[in-house]
Amino acid sequence: MISTTTTADDAPDASTSASDSSSVAAAPRPQVGASGGTDRYLPEHPTPVIECENVDIYYGAFRAVHDVSLVYGRHEITAMIGPSGCGKSTVLRSLNRMNDLIPGARVTGKISYHGQDMYGSGVDPIEVRRRIGMVFQKPNPFPKSIYDNIAYGPRVTGMKVDSMDDLVEEALRAAALWDEVKDKLKQSAYGLSGGQQQRLCIARTIAVRPEVILMDEPCSALDPIATARIEDLMEDLRKDFTIIIVTHNMQQAARVADRTAFFTAQAAEGTGDRTGQLVEFDLTSKIFSNPADRRTEDYISGRFG
Amino acid sequence: MATIGQLATRPLKAERNGDKSPASILFLVALWVALSFAVLTLVVLLVTSFMDALPRLDGELFTNYSSQVSPETAGARAAIIGSLWVIVATAVMAIPLGIAAAIYLEEFANPLRWYNRMIEVNLQNLAAVPAIVYGMLTAGLALTIGLRRGVVLAGAIALALLILPVIIITTREALRSVPAEIRQGSLALGATPLQTVWRQTLPSAIPGIATGTILALSRALGEAAPLLLLGGLVFIRYDPNGLFSGFTTLPIQIFNWAGQPQVEFQEVAAAAIIALLGLLLLMNGLAIVIRNRYQRRW
Repeated sequence: MISTTTTADDAPDASTSASDSSSVAAAPRPQVGASGGTDRYLPEHPTPVIECENVDIYYGAFRAVHDVSLVYGRHEITAMIGPSGCGKSTVLRSLNRMNDLIPGARVTGKISYHGQDMYGSGVDPIEVRRRIGMVFQKPNPFPKSIYDNIAYGPRVTGMKVDSMDDLVEEALRAAALWDEVKDKLKQSAYGLSGGQQQRLCIARTIAVRPEVILMDEPCSALDPIATARIEDLMEDLRKDFTIIIVTHNMQQAARVADRTAFFTAQAAEGTGDRTGQLVEFDLTSKIFSNPADRRTEDYISGRFG
Repeated sequence: MATIGQLATRPLKAERNGDKSPASILFLVALWVALSFAVLTLVVLLVTSFMDALPRLDGELFTNYSSQVSPETAGARAAIIGSLWVIVATAVMAIPLGIAAAIYLEEFANPLRWYNRMIEVNLQNLAAVPAIVYGMLTAGLALTIGLRRGVVLAGAIALALLILPVIIITTREALRSVPAEIRQGSLALGATPLQTVWRQTLPSAIPGIATGTILALSRALGEAAPLLLLGGLVFIRYDPNGLFSGFTTLPIQIFNWAGQPQVEFQEVAAAAIIALLGLLLLMNGLAIVIRNRYQRRW
C-alpha cells in the first residue's frame, strides 16, 4: 500500500522507537511529538489524507522530481527534509496545485486527496486550495489591515459567516496572535514583526478552515524565538489540522514532525540534470535514530548537505 | 597577486586607479558637461519663450478666440478647450483598454505560447512607431467607417492608439512590481485568479499605473503631428462641444501661429507654449503626488 523504503522490521510502535533514539549519539535528540515530549501513539501506517503514488514532476522537459510515493496522515505533522534542489518544495507545491501557476509545470503519477485524484479532469484547483492551505517561506501579508488580512479568505471564498469579527478573533487566537494585535486590528499588517506576520499568515490560512496546511520553510526568515513560537503553534494546530512542512532545519523536523520524509537530488545519467527523489519516509524517531538508508544517515549526521 | 599579509601592510592611500585619479575625474567632468548641456538648453528655451510670451500672458489668452484680422487680441480659448476635449476622450478610450490588455498579458497570458511572445515583441515596436503613422491609420479608419476626419473623436482615436502601447507597457511594469508572494498568498487561500487581480494585484499597482498613464496622456497632450494629418482645424471661433465637433488643440494652434509672419502671432504662440507647459507640469505634478501618496514599500 505504501511504497516507501519502509522495511518490514521497522519498529511497530512509535514509543519503542522513541526510546530507541536515546542510544544514538550522533543524531539530535528527537522524540515523537517532540516539544511536549509526549509519547503520542502513532500507528505504523498513517490514515491517509493526501497520498502520492509514483509522482514525477516536470518543469517543461526537466524532471524535477522522480517517483515519489508518500502518505500524509490525518492530524499528523509530516516533515519533508533534504538538501537544496532535492524537490521537497516542488512536491509540497504540487499538493495544493500551486505548481499549476508555473508555466510548463506538469505532474504525472497520482496525487489523491481522500482518494480523489487531485489532478483528475474536472478538478478545480481553486477548490483544492480551499481545502489545502499554504503558508510560505517569506511572510506575505497583504497590504491591508490585520483584520482584512484574516477576513480576505472567508470573503473571497464566499464562506457563510455569522460574525466576521468572531471569525477573525478565533483565527488570531488559534494562531496565538490575538493578545498581541487585538488593539490594532485596523492597522496595517506591515507594522508587525516578521514572526507576527508569519503567524498572521497562519491565522489567515486557518480562517478559511482548510483540512490540510502546507508550510514551505515557514521559519527560515525568522529568528529562533519567533521560530519556537511557530513550532509551538504547529503542535497546537495538529489537533485540528493536518500539517505538512518543508524545512531546511533538521532539528526543526526532529522537534515537530511525527513523520519525516528525506529527499535527495540525484544526477541523471547523460544530462547532468539533478532530479529529486524520496530516499526514506518513516516515523521521525526512526529517521533520526535508525535510518534505513545510508544517505539519510549521512545527511542527518551532517556528513553532507 | 598579493597575499593577505602583503595587502595588510600596504598603506591605504590612493593608487593610480583610485577614486581621485585623473581618469576618474575626467569621466566625472564629462558627465557634468553632458548634464549641464541638457539642462541649459532647456532653460534657455524656457526663458526665451517666457520673455516672448510676457506681453501676452493675460486673461485674453484664455478667453479670446484666435483671430486673423487682429493678431494682437488673438487668444487660445478654442485650442485649450479643444485640447481638453481631445485628451479626455483619449483617456476614456486608452486607459481601460490599455489596463485590460496589460492585465491579460501580465496575469493570464501563458508566456510560453508563441502568439503571446509575438504580441510582447510587437508592443515594444508599437511604442516606437512615429506619431504621424497613427494619424494616417486613423485617417484610413475614419474613411472606412464614414467618420469626418477633423473631429474630436478622430483626434482622440489617433492619440489613444498612439499612447496605448505606452500605457500597456507601464501598466505591466506596475503589475510586475507587485510581489509574486501576494498573488500566491491570495490564490493559496482559494481566491480565483480574477479575485486575486481585482482585490490584490490591481489595487497594489494603482500608483504605478496612474503615474504611467498620466505621463502617457501628457505626451498625447503635446502631440501635433497626427492631429495635423487628420486636419485638426486651425482657426476656429467657437468652443468644441462634442465628439463630432471640429476642434483645434494647443500644439496645432502654436504650430499655426508660429508660422505666421506677424510678430503678434509669434508672441501669442509663445504665450500658448507657456500655457501648454503649465498644463503639462500640472499633469506631471499630479502623477508625482499620486505616486508619493500611494507608493508602497514591500
